[in-house]
This record gives sequence, structure tokens and C-alpha cells, in this order.
Amino acid sequence: MAECHPVGFQWVVEARYRGAKVFHIDPRFTRTSALADRYVPIRVGSDIVLLGALINHVLENELDFREYVLAYTNASMIVSEEYRDTEDLDGLFSGFDPETRTYDPATWSYEGAPEEAAAGERAEQMDHGREHADMGGPDQYGAGGASANPRPMKDPTLRHPRCVYQILRRHFARYTPELVAELCGISPEDFAELAETVTTNSGRERTTMWVYSVGWTQHTVGAQYIRAASILQLLLGNIGRPGGGILALRGHASIQGSTDIPTLFNILPGYLPMPHAHQHETLDDYLARAGGDTGFWGRKRSYMVSLLKAWWGDAATEDNDFRFDHLPRLTGDHGHYSTVMGQIDGTVKGYFVVGENPAVGSAGGRAQRLGLANLEWLVVRDLTLVETATFWKDGPELETGEMRTEDIGTEVFFVPAASHVEKDGTFTNTQRLLQWREKALDPPGDCRSDLWFFYHLGKLLKERITSGEIDRPLRELTWDYPEEGVHGDPSASAVLREIGGVGPDGRALSDYTELKPDGSTQCGCWIYCGVYADEVNQAARRRPGREQSPEAPEWGWAWPANRRILYNRASADPEGRPWSERKAYIYWDEKKGEWTGPDVPDFEKTKPPGYRPPEGALAEAALSGTDPFIMQADGKGWLYAPAGLVDGPLPAHYEPFESPVRNPLYAQQDNPARRIYPRPESPYNPVGAPRFPYVLTTYRLTEHHTAGGMSRPLAYLAELQPELFCEVSPTLAAELGLANGDWATIVTSRTAIEARVLVTERVRPLRIQGRTVHQIGLPYHWGWGSGGLVTGDIANDLMPLALDPNVYIQESKATTCDVRPGRRPRGRDLLALIEEYRHG
Amino acid sequence: MAERMGFFTDTSICIGCKACEVACKEWNQLPDDGFVFEATSYDNTAALGASTWRHVAFIEQQPVWMPDGDPMSHGGPVPHSGPMSHGGPMPDGGSMPHGGESVFEVGRDGRWLMSSDVCKHCTNAGCLDVCPTGAIFRTEFGTVVVQPDICNGCGYCVPACPFGVIDRREGDGRAWKCTMCYDRLRGGLEPACAKACPTDSIQFGPLDELRERAAARVDTLHAAGHTEARLYGESPGDGVGGMGAFFLLLDEPEVYGLPPDPVVPTRDLPAMWGWAGAAIATMAAAVAASFLGGRSR
Amino acid sequence: MSRGTRERAVAPEAEFRSYYGRPVIKRPIWHVPHMPVYLYLGGLSGASSLTAIMAGLTGRPHLARTARIAAAAGAALGTGFLVAELGRPMRFLNMLRVFKPTSPMSVGSWILAAQGGLSAVAAASAVTGILPAAGDAAALATGVTGPLTATYTAVLVADTAVPAWHEGYRELPFLFAGSALASAGAVGMLAAPRTEAGPARAVALIGAAVETAAASALEHRLGLVGEPYRQGRAGRLLRAARALTVGGGLLTLLAGRSRVATVASGLSLTAGALCTRFGVLEAGRASAADPKFTVVPQRERLDSGAPAPSSGR
Ligand SMILES: Nc1nc2c(c(=O)[nH]1)N[C@H]1C(S)=C(S)[C@@H](COP(=O)(O)OP(=O)(O)OC[C@H]3O[C@@H](n4cnc5c(=O)[nH]c(N)nc54)[C@H](O)[C@@H]3O)O[C@H]1N2
Ligand SMILES: Nc1nc2c(c(=O)[nH]1)N[C@H]1C(S)=C(S)[C@@H](COP(=O)(O)OP(=O)(O)OC[C@H]3O[C@@H](n4cnc5c(=O)[nH]c(N)nc54)[C@H](O)[C@@H]3O)O[C@H]1N2
Ligand code: SF4
Ligand code: SF4
Ligand code: SF4
Ligand code: SF4
Ligand code: SF4
Ligand SMILES: [Mo]
Repeated sequence: MAECHPVGFQWVVEARYRGAKVFHIDPRFTRTSALADRYVPIRVGSDIVLLGALINHVLENELDFREYVLAYTNASMIVSEEYRDTEDLDGLFSGFDPETRTYDPATWSYEGAPEEAAAGERAEQMDHGREHADMGGPDQYGAGGASANPRPMKDPTLRHPRCVYQILRRHFARYTPELVAELCGISPEDFAELAETVTTNSGRERTTMWVYSVGWTQHTVGAQYIRAASILQLLLGNIGRPGGGILALRGHASIQGSTDIPTLFNILPGYLPMPHAHQHETLDDYLARAGGDTGFWGRKRSYMVSLLKAWWGDAATEDNDFRFDHLPRLTGDHGHYSTVMGQIDGTVKGYFVVGENPAVGSAGGRAQRLGLANLEWLVVRDLTLVETATFWKDGPELETGEMRTEDIGTEVFFVPAASHVEKDGTFTNTQRLLQWREKALDPPGDCRSDLWFFYHLGKLLKERITSGEIDRPLRELTWDYPEEGVHGDPSASAVLREIGGVGPDGRALSDYTELKPDGSTQCGCWIYCGVYADEVNQAARRRPGREQSPEAPEWGWAWPANRRILYNRASADPEGRPWSERKAYIYWDEKKGEWTGPDVPDFEKTKPPGYRPPEGALAEAALSGTDPFIMQADGKGWLYAPAGLVDGPLPAHYEPFESPVRNPLYAQQDNPARRIYPRPESPYNPVGAPRFPYVLTTYRLTEHHTAGGMSRPLAYLAELQPELFCEVSPTLAAELGLANGDWATIVTSRTAIEARVLVTERVRPLRIQGRTVHQIGLPYHWGWGSGGLVTGDIANDLMPLALDPNVYIQESKATTCDVRPGRRPRGRDLLALIEEYRHG
Repeated sequence: MAERMGFFTDTSICIGCKACEVACKEWNQLPDDGFVFEATSYDNTAALGASTWRHVAFIEQQPVWMPDGDPMSHGGPVPHSGPMSHGGPMPDGGSMPHGGESVFEVGRDGRWLMSSDVCKHCTNAGCLDVCPTGAIFRTEFGTVVVQPDICNGCGYCVPACPFGVIDRREGDGRAWKCTMCYDRLRGGLEPACAKACPTDSIQFGPLDELRERAAARVDTLHAAGHTEARLYGESPGDGVGGMGAFFLLLDEPEVYGLPPDPVVPTRDLPAMWGWAGAAIATMAAAVAASFLGGRSR
Repeated sequence: MSRGTRERAVAPEAEFRSYYGRPVIKRPIWHVPHMPVYLYLGGLSGASSLTAIMAGLTGRPHLARTARIAAAAGAALGTGFLVAELGRPMRFLNMLRVFKPTSPMSVGSWILAAQGGLSAVAAASAVTGILPAAGDAAALATGVTGPLTATYTAVLVADTAVPAWHEGYRELPFLFAGSALASAGAVGMLAAPRTEAGPARAVALIGAAVETAAASALEHRLGLVGEPYRQGRAGRLLRAARALTVGGGLLTLLAGRSRVATVASGLSLTAGALCTRFGVLEAGRASAADPKFTVVPQRERLDSGAPAPSSGR
């Protein structure tokens, strides 16, 4: 966190100042470890073992926050008799189809759930083939997840063998401190200290928070890492309370914004799922699946209709399904890596790359560039001439002779972009806080903002389209922002206002509960509804912290409804009283008959704790006064996920796709549902192959940014870390004859790259399953271009194309490799070396 | 003169982000200092210099394990001049099973010390004392500033600084160092480096106030068992009369590249002239004797 | 700054700690040969002034004239080397805009300016015969500025944080004084007629003795900080200096009437004086480059419980 979120890390420093105890769990001793109370080294890719052992520790010693768990989680719900656990099936859950490598989640549901039918129906639809089966996860449901029976059978004594609590106990029973030592390389003493600290710092009086970023996500089991942390935090009562939570540190500035108003293929603004070409025929069909009918997703029609109204305005009416048909449709996985395969196969012919540098930043660099070289046209919008725009004239494949400029037919358009200081707009940060920024200076030369680009591109397209039916979606699209300045920049605040929503009177809305299903409101993103409340740009508020409460509600604006802590109803007990004075946050004021506290209650303000929903109630009315998780169909925190994940209802430890060791837990070595692309462009390192004995992980440096397009061209940053280096332990350095400051070559089945050697005891060999496992660390910020002030080989060229099946993130944190002293071979010799390694 | 302003750099909360280095370069529009991979932890800046007025040091320290498994005693000087030698007591003196046969090869928490160094703005500043042109002067904030339009590049200030701070820039010929953002101070702004520091490791303010704050911080750390915490340069009684930029360190100053007991060279200037006088007398006597005493020859 | 030099596996010889073996202080940036040659010329000029006065007073006109010329040439050439060190003449004049007692370089600039002017007048008068009274007065005045010119440079280098220089502030003035005498004596021996050269030889001999004694004191009295004077390049230079000076001295004693031996001894002493100056610069550089010389004495001071007191200003 100190490395990648140094400004946010000041609060960790501050917390330590005030007595918080900070653990840092990381394969390398980093700048974060330096400021932590305790550093816990871990083998990459083994965190589920550690988290599982913590869960086991809590369950076996009954250290869970029982009142919280009983009232607010699904611990007591009874799961279907058909459900089989990894413990029964040696690493698989029930419902696995080995042929398609996908799960049918039907058997994971609660006992006697009415959704069985729906689930069955879904299974049927999956028969359409693999691509549809892919859609069993968030692609299908959006963030709302699958609807689950809001009132399944329960056993409040938690003794029923099929209640979630008991399933958890059995599932995690073998995650012991001994296993942690064996697989993670964490000593029993360290584990004991961590377990003790986490549990004693949870409960009524205290809370523990977990903070993670891509060290937990870039794995074939990334989503399940987060699930494991969620289970632990729910058991300890650490969600929805101040000082609790599982905090994702997001990446690029406003990467949070770019998932809220998504640049992702499978969701629409506000985490509504993208409609599917074959499954979703009408708005009603779509809504039947887009999240549950109970809880706040129950208002999905209002969210969706308001979105359609924002986009198609008057053309969207009740009669024409509000132009639902105008939305594009998915036909399968259109994620980044599948698209690259499409490029290589020739099915993807044109490509926009906007603010991304996949030739350096994406795994399997060679495959990325092969794809780019096979396009008809490519548009790159960036601040500088990044490698993705210049691969055809100076990429590494030219050196090896795999590509020749004259053979590359891709027509490349480079469109210079304005940087964030050269335009107005918002950043949405990790805390869901929208912060408005003013333009500080005009962009140089031909550089224009992305907003300008898409707006004017849209205008040009609108000019060129026909009156035919096929062009109707574009023709009817509202595209009428006020233009400002000499270049006709569309007003960013007008866009924000549209996103924030307007009512029938044309006035800005103040809250998403005001959105209507009848087309009388429009809103570009329901969770942002209210950002322009009272016709004020709420994101631009900047009242200093010292002039307001610690929650600083008047600094920027947090979605939804300016809430700082989500699910904060859970900060009070079922009766609505604070769990403790120390941790009081949102509580029920009996006299006033409303929820109150320093934050905006994440609950209907006047719904009393004693509220019980009438039979057949829908949306939030279906949740009781003790259901804090209002986005869930049942209002509960899910210890066990009966639906919504494609690789199992519970996290289980699987080895990274490329691992030096066998999974001792199950016969199932790796995530059975993981996504791989077994093709000649992306060969894999065999498990346990002696020629790839070392574990390789990649990461960031404070001094650089991601693929380097923003830091390598800047002398002040580039001089601070001028060269690609690999971090190795003194033991490994001695073993291999690597000298500090000299060169090393790192090899995988994909390619070999060279890096300077940094011998450091911050990287430690670990004893895993009785043998020493060496880990090698590699920052990934270098490339050959982007101004060329400093250059270096591309770490991502080493990385495999193995993805988490839920979110399609690549496993760039854990792979295997070989290391040798000296520089890598050049040209054809490099290919010869790789050939050797590929065939062992 | 306005109140004396200064820096208190609390290295115990430095995260090594180098924002101070970059902010300084950005504000003062300094040239880059070359692109050299130094292979010294995360420090590729190497040292303060004419074009680097803030320098963040990175010191990796690991417990040293003796063959019998006992951690080496940490008292006294450690017989290594290398960076990896372990310095000072561990923050918590944790004990660990030793390497070799046990599950874990290396002890657990090492230390990675980080510290942002800068011109000390000495009370008795060697650079200022020796500057023959008056290019270096003391400002109304009690800081020491070089006026580049007066500096003649004689280079005398360079070896006169007991901290190796000031340096002459190649190709420019003049001497440069931190100005404590004299321009910003005059404009009522805090220095760029302090402003950019996310953790407040660099604290800027009236020196007296900073000294109090620092003393309190040391007390807190000592109370928390971090007895290795110490102040460096806060005492007006030291060899430079106290530093306008002083530090809280977690190890001996030399580990951070700082002189343990710096002295302003001009402290001994009167004595030096005295010895020069004696030498002059010797010269005179020698010449006189040669001419007068040598009559016989 | 040691950019690009990569310290690997630092040998654990001295018991001290440092930051990657990097120097604590900056090494003096003065150039070779400018700086040492300037030091030599200043010494030559200063001691020659004294010789000139005494030669004048004791009725050795040739020697007096030669010495006046040497004093003037030394000061003028020295100024030239100083200007070369600074880069531009204006930069020397710059220093004469202020007088700063705390800066030996400022003081020295005035001394050098005075010595340069006075010795030039003295020499010009001696050469041309014009204004003899003024010439004599100027020459007499160099009796003050001359020895200052020869020794202020010792204060100049000692008034730095460079350990080998600073700690040698007692010995360096004698080293420079001795060396200056030897240089001036040598020039006198070489240039003056035999009949008048006797005192010049004596000056050279005493100078050589003082120089040798001071160098030896520097090497041995300073403890660890004397090491740079004994080792490496500086050690070699100073050993050469000693050989040349002692050899030159002995040769002077033995030269008798031999012109060849006299020339050889004069040259030897001159070379010795030059080597001394180069050696001193090198020793300073070496002591600055190795953190040992900064850290160890300071650490010892601290550990003995007697840290450096403030200068109390
Ligand atoms: N200076 C700087 N800041 C940045 C960025 C940048 O490039 N430079 N990038 C931004 C972006 S886009 C993002 S996504 C964030 C990412 O922020 P982080 O996630 O903090 O970034 P990384 O350095 O990639 O990875 C974090 C750590 O995960 C560790 N790790 C690797 N594998 C494992 C594992 O299996 N388990 C555990 N526990 N740890 C593991 C690595 O050693 C590394 O120290 O940072 C953002 N901030
Ligand atoms: N091996 C390995 N690979 C990784 C990771 C890892 O940890 N290890 N991390 C992954 C992660 S989390 C991320 S986020 C990716 C990042 O990888 P990429 O997104 O491919 O790389 P960036 O360098 O962040 O690319 C962003 C580009 O946007 C440009 N830019 C900046 N501002 C603007 C703007 O306003 N408009 C436009 N049009 N362009 C702009 C910048 O110049 C820069 O070139 O890398 C991923 N790849
Ligand atoms: S770069 Fe921006 S987002 Fe990242 S830590 Fe610094 S201030 Fe925060
Ligand atoms: S630290 Fe050096 S440069 Fe700075 S004021 Fe003191 S003597 Fe001068
Ligand atoms: S180099 Fe410039 S600042 Fe330094 S002493 Fe000489 S004149 Fe003064
Ligand atoms: S005070 Fe100003 S000049 Fe000095 S280091 Fe900080 S930013 Fe640079
Ligand atoms: S002093 Fe502050 S800005 Fe500088 S490296 Fe340390 S934490 Fe970063
Ligand atoms: Mo990211």
C-alpha cells in the first residue's frame, strides 16, 4: 500500500500513531512492510490457505461474533441436499462439467429454494454451449448477483449439518496452522500472532479491516481470495462498521469510476448486467435475471428504464420497451484476452485502445502484439507514443524476426489525448468518493480530452448515418451537450448532471430512490443519482476536514447517496442500538423514529428495527428491519454464496496455474474453472517442471506507473528507477552466481527477458512442502518505447494467459520461471533458447 | 529577522516514496541527475548534489543469524561497512528459529530504513563561512541560501560542508543546494518537499516548535520500546551550533550517510591562522638566519 | 559524487558503518594541475619575497633581483592558474568585491592581489630600474604579503571538512612554509650567481628540512586521518616528494661548485615541492572519498563522550 497508494498510506501511518497494529502479508518485504508492526512473508498464490486457516481458527474456537453472524449473515440457512463440497469430491464442488470446465450452480442453492426452477432453466440455457455457460457469473447477473431465496429454511442453533455454518466448518477444517506453514511458508508463531490479533481486535468494541489490491486479485482464484476475506470479516462482524471492511485499493486514478460507469464489456452503468444476444429478448426477460426482486436490486426496472431514458430520451417510451433493443448484446466472453485471440484469429478487425498500453501492460506480450499486427485498423489514444502504437516499427518481434514491418497491415491512428490536468471531470476513488477537478491548463497541440473525442466522433457518425432501421439506435441517441471553448469541448458538468439524473420537472434528482420505472426520470448511472442534487455539483464540494465531522460528508460526494460506509446498518445490533459506545455509528433513534448517526444511513431512514416484511413484498420492502445487506436479495451477508460465482460457493485452495508444487489438499491441482488459452501463442509452464523451478511474481514500484507510458518519459521519475531489475534473495543469488547490479535472464515458456539483479534479503526463500522455494520479484514498468528515456524488457512477455473465470483477470502474480546469470540472447538465438525450454 | 524556520524529518514514518525528491526538482526546475541503476536497494539517486537537493536513503537491515541459531548481539559497532550489516536493536527484538533446518531460512522482521536527507541549514554553516563572494547568505528565516547570480564557482563551499551537501554543477560551474524554498517561504508557502510528503515525515515550521515536537516524538517512541530512536542535529550545542533541518533517526547517523559528529570547519579558524602565523615566523626566521647566520660560509 | 561506481561486497576492514561505502562529504572539486600548481607558485612567490628583501638588505643585488622576479612571476602565474581553476577572470575579481574574514579564500584573494601588485612593482622596478624607492618599498611590503601568500593556502585547505586537511591544520602551514622556502631557495640557487647563492642554498636547505619534518608529522601525528598521506596516490606522491626534497637537500649540501649538481638539486627541490602540493591535494581527495576518515574519528569522539563542542557563535 505504501508502494502504490502512498497518499492513502498516510492514514495507515496515522492509525499506527494511534495504536493500531498493522500486519503486512506479502511475498516481498516492501515499503509497506517497513512501516508495519509485523511483516508476514507468504508464498504467492497461497492466501486462501492462510485466510481459510483464520476462518477455521474462528470457527473451531467459536470466536465468531455470534449475534452479528446469526442476525446478519446466512450462517443458519440450510443448503440443498444435493450440494457436494470439495471435501467430498476431492477438490470439486457439485455441478462440475469436466468437458466445458464449468459449473452448474443449481446444487449450491438453499434447501427448497423456489429459485430451483430458475436455476434449472439457467442450466438448460447453458446447453447452448460453452459461451453461454460463461454467462453463469456476473456477466449474467451484474453486481446484484443471482437472486437467492430470501426466506430459506434456517437453523438458528447452527447445528443442522447442512446449515451454512456447519458446511463452513467442514469445508475449512483442514486449513490448519500446519498447512499454513507447509503451503504458505508462514511460521506457526506468526500465524498464531495474526490469528490472535485479528480475533481479539474484532467484536463489539473493536474492528479489524483487511486492505488488499492486486496481490489478491491477479490470480486464477482471485475472486475467491476476496470471498475468503469476506467470510472472515462477516464471521468477526467487521462489515458495515467503522474501522471494518475489506478495502480494495483501486488502481488507476478513477479506475473505480471506470467500473461504476464501466469500460467493461459485461456491465452497464451501476453494475447492471449487459443484455445477452440470445437470452434476453425483452426488457422483462432481461430484468427477470438482472439481480433479485427483493432488496434494492428489486428496483432494477427503475434503474434500467432511467438509464435508457438518459440515453434515448424521448425516443424511449413504455411502448417500445424504452428502446431496450437499442442496447448492444453480448454473445459471450468479450474480455481483453479473448478479444486478443479474436485478433490473432482474424475475427476482430478493428480496435480502439484508449488509455491503455496492452503491448506492455497485458500478460503474454507477444500474443498482444501478434493480435495488434493482425488488425485492419487500430486507434490509439494516449498521451505519448506508447508501445501499443509503435509495435509495428520497433517491437521486440522485429528483432527476433517473427514480424517484419512490411508484412504488418494494421493501419494505426494515433490520436493524442489530453491528460487529467488538462480537462474537467471527476475521479472516483477507492472510497467511492467522486471528486471534481478543474482543468488546470489547456492541452498542448492536437491533444483533446477523451470526452471531446467520443463526443465529436459521435457527432461525425451521426452526420454520416442513414435513415435506415439499422442506424436507428445511433440516430435516436441523445447527443446534445453544451459545447465550450475554442475546440467545442462538451461540458463535463452537463455529462455529470445527466449521470446524476433528472426528474419529470427537469430538476436534478437527489437520491436513487426517486428513480421511477415509468420513464418519468432519467439517470445515466443509478448509483450516482444525486451527485447533482439541488443543481449543485456535489462532487466539487471541498469543505476542509477541520471544518466538519471526521466523516467529512461535505468533501466530494460518495456513491450511493453520499454514504461513506456501505451497509452501515450493521454497525448497530438487531435492535438498532450501537454494538458499543466506542463503535457507535448508525443507530435507531426511537423518539424520532429514524436511523441516525454521523453518516447517511445505508437503510431506509424510517424502517424500524422491528419491521417484518409482509408476504409477497418486493424490493426493499421485502427486507426486515434487521437486514443490513440491502443489495442482497435476502438482506444477509453471504458466508456461503449459493449463486453468483462460477467457480464455487466457497473458496478452496488451488495452486496457481503454473506452480512449482502439487496441491496437497485435493487431487484438483488448480481452479477447475480457470480460463486458459492453450494455443501456440501462449504456451504454459508444466506444473512442477524442474526447468522452471522458481516462483515469479510481478508488481509495481512507487516511482513508476503501470506500463510506464506516464512515468518512463518523465526524467524526474525515470531517474529514480532507471532500469528493470529483478529482486532475488542472497541465497538464490549465491546459488546461481548472480551478482548485485549485474544482469540476469528470466525465462518462461513464453520468452526470456533480461533485468538487472538486485540482491536483497527482502525477498526470502521459503520452505514449502519440505523444500526451499525461491521467489523472484519483477516490476513490470519497462518497455522499449514511450519516449525511450529509459528502456527495458517487458515483464509481461513472460506471463501466462491464465485467468480468473469470474472476472477474467490474468494471473500475473504467481507463475514459474528459470533464472540464469547474464544477458539474454538476441534475435533468433532468443527463439532458440525458448524452444529449448519449451521442450524441456 | 523573522522566526527561524526549519525541518524536522521524522524518518520513523518515512515510506520512501520520494515524493519529496520529485517535488523539489519540479518546483526548482532542476535538471535530472542521470539514469544510473545503482543496485543499492531502491536508491538510485545516490547522494545529495548540485541537481538533487533531497535524497532519500534506503537501508536494508536483516537480523544476522549465528550458526548456533542465536541472533547476533546488536550492541556496539557492527564490523561491517556494508549496507546489509544489521544495525541497532530490532524494533521488537523478536526471536526466531534459526535458518538451516527449521522451516524458515531467514529471521522475520528485518528493517528497511528510509530517510530523506537535505541541507541542514546549519547555525554555523561551513559553506556560508568560507564563501569568498558572499553568494551564500543567511535569510530572514535563518536559512542558508546560495545566490546563483553572485556565485563565482570557486568551489570552496563544497568541501567546507561537513555533510557533503552543496556541490558545483557540471557545465554550469556554480554551486547549488536546497534553498529551503526561499521563494515559497517569502510567498507564505511551505517548502515543496514538505508539502508533498504524504506521511508528514518532513515537518516544516518554526525551529523551536519543531524541537519540542521532536522531543515529544522521541519520548513516545521510547515509551513504545523503540529505544533506538534518537534525534540528530537538534542540539544547539553540537559542532555546527544546531541544524536548521534535523532528524529523528532509528540508527547511528553514519548508517544513513550522515557524519556522526559534524563540526563546522571554521570553528578552528582562529587556531589555523595562529599556526599559519607560527609558520610565517618560521619562514622569516629561516630566511633571516640563512642570510645572517650563514656568514661563515 | 560516486555516480556509476557500484560498491559491491564491501570489505569489512575498519570497524565502522556507512551508507554503501559512499563518502559522507563531497571531495574537493579543485582541479589538477591548477590547484597544486597554484599552491606551489604562491609558496614560491611568498618565500621569494622574503629572500628578495634579505638579499637586498644584505647586499646581494642579483639574488634580490632574481627573487623579486620569482616573487612577481609566481604571483602572476599563480593568479593565472587560479583564474583557470575558476574558469573566468571575472570570477577572481568577483572575490574582491567583498572581504570576508571567515573565508580564507576571501582573505587569500586580497593577500594574493596585494602580493601580486606589490611583487610586480618590486620586480618591475628591479628590472627596469625605474622608481627604485617605490620598488624597495613594495618589496619591503611583500615581507608581509609574501609569507601570507605562502601559508594562507594551508589555512584555505584546512578550513574544510576534508579530514586529512582539517586535522592537519597545525602541520600544513609548516609544510607549505617549508616547501615554499625550498622552492624559493631552489630558484635562487639556480638563477643567482654563485657568489650570491649561498643564502639561497641555506633557505632551500632549511625549507627542505621543515618540509620533510612537517610531512612526516602529517603522516604520523594524525593517526587514522594521516593514512591518506601514507597510502595510495597521495602516499606515492609524498614519498616522491620526500625523496626529491631530501635528495635535493643533500645534493645542495654536496654540490659545492658543480653547476650540474646545483641545477639538479634545484630541480629536485622544485619537483619535491610540486609533488608535495599534488600529494596534499590527493590526500585530501582520498580522505574525502572514503567515509572511514569522516566517520571513525567522529565516532570515536562520540563514544569517548567528548563530542565536538559548538563554536559558540
Ligand atoms: N506508484 C504506483 N502506484 C500505483 C500503480 C503504479 O503502477 N505505480 N498502479 C495503480 C494500479 S493500476 C493498481 S491496480 C494498484 C495496485 O496496487 P498493488 O496491488 O499494491 O500493486 P502490486 O505492486 O502490483 O502488488 C501488490 C503486492 O502484492 C504482492 N503479491 C504478489 N502475489 C501475492 C500473493 O499471492 N499474495 C499476497 N498476499 N501478496 C502478493 C506483491 O509482492 C506486491 O507487493 O496500484 C495503483 N497505484
Ligand atoms: N505483469 C503484470 N501485469 C499487469 C499488472 C501486474 O501487476 N503485473 N497489473 C495490471 C493492472 S492492475 C493494470 S491497471 C494494467 C495497466 O496496464 P495498462 O492500462 O495497459 O497500462 P497503463 O500504462 O496504465 O496505460 C494507461 C495509458 O493511458 C494513458 N493516459 C493517461 N491519461 C489518459 C487520458 O486521460 N486519456 C487517454 N486516452 N490516455 C491517457 C497513459 O499515457 C498510459 O499510456 O496492467 C496490468 N498488467
Ligand atoms: S498518484 Fe495520485 S492517486 Fe496515486 S497516491 Fe499519489 S495522489 Fe494518490
Ligand atoms: S549542511 Fe552544508 S550546505 Fe547546508 S548549510 Fe550546512 S554547511 Fe551549508
Ligand atoms: S562556489 Fe559559489 S557559493 Fe560556493 S563558495 Fe564559491 S562563490 Fe560561494
Ligand atoms: S526546501 Fe525546497 S529546495 Fe529544499 S529540498 Fe525542499 S523542495 Fe527542495
Ligand atoms: S520524506 Fe516523505 S515524501 Fe520523502 S520519501 Fe519519505 S515519506 Fe516520501
Ligand atoms: Mo490496476
